[in-house]
Amino acid sequence: MKSAILGKKIGMTSVFTENGTQVPVTVIEAGPCTVVNLRTIDRDGYKAVQIGYGEVRENKLNKPDKGYFAKQGVEPVKMLKEFRDPKNTYEVGQELTVGQFEIGDKVNVVATSKGRGFQGVMKRHHFGGVGMGTHGQSDRQRHPGSIGSSSYPSRVFKGMRMAGRMGGKRISIRNIQVFDILPERNIILLKGSIPGPNNSVIQIVKL
Amino acid sequence: MNALEYVNDVAKERATSVRKAKDGDNYAAFPEFREGDMITVAVRVVEGEKERLQNFKGIVIAMHSGGINKSFTIRKISNGVGVERVFPFYSPMIQSISLEKKGRVRRAKLYYLRGMSEKKIRQKLS
Repeated sequence: MKSAILGKKIGMTSVFTENGTQVPVTVIEAGPCTVVNLRTIDRDGYKAVQIGYGEVRENKLNKPDKGYFAKQGVEPVKMLKEFRDPKNTYEVGQELTVGQFEIGDKVNVVATSKGRGFQGVMKRHHFGGVGMGTHGQSDRQRHPGSIGSSSYPSRVFKGMRMAGRMGGKRISIRNIQVFDILPERNIILLKGSIPGPNNSVIQIVKL
Repeated sequence: MNALEYVNDVAKERATSVRKAKDGDNYAAFPEFREGDMITVAVRVVEGEKERLQNFKGIVIAMHSGGINKSFTIRKISNGVGVERVFPFYSPMIQSISLEKKGRVRRAKLYYLRGMSEKKIRQKLS
């Protein structure tokens, strides 16, 4: 079965194992999520499960949202997310907790990376910069250098790496190990780092 | 209490319980110590299957805060060569810490001891 959950990145810390090694972990407060809706072949043409996460105050909802949650018969939630689920193993109203994962599982994590604004090529694409600071050259240490040839092709090739907006993109990382689970606080510890700032919402999927 | 603090507390508790499980009756909480003190740290050394204890005795020259990552640096002079070792405070590999001698210092970081002779250090810390 495929398990999926939404959670909030809390931050990083480290944990000691019994043989004394110190392991860096990311703390995620995940769930509990509710199954809000199912997508079926008959009605929607594909199979998926829509899950909701986060508390929301009644007065923050507009009428269509209220109506939707009332129709589904579930508590209103802050955000909805769909996951493909070829076997339709869930039911509406079902609660998803960190309990669906096990210690040692390999999971995929999807998150939005930290936005870094408009950045030059050295930071954005790990270019080396041009030339040196002396010998008459003083103003292009962090420049991209040449971006192409002259008469042929007389244009800049598509996809040329240049300066521009960096970060703030959806990033998926595969095979992150579940280091530990603390069900009493809905906490899941993932080994190593994951993209994005603290308090951002992330998706954890076990295939 | 936020989730991060909670995880740190759990991790600290676990580290202590690992030590308790390993040592049984020999378990003892760490004494309070600070920079300038002479302490002995008994470290577990794993050699293949076996585990034995190794003592490291020296002066605490620095304490580094940081919750679960808290650590301290010990300096000793071994066969005329200065040796420094950094221990994670919550590591289950530390079997025990014993306070040998209190030092009287006015700094939090005693890096100036590095350039001194043993005799000078003794005078400085008493």
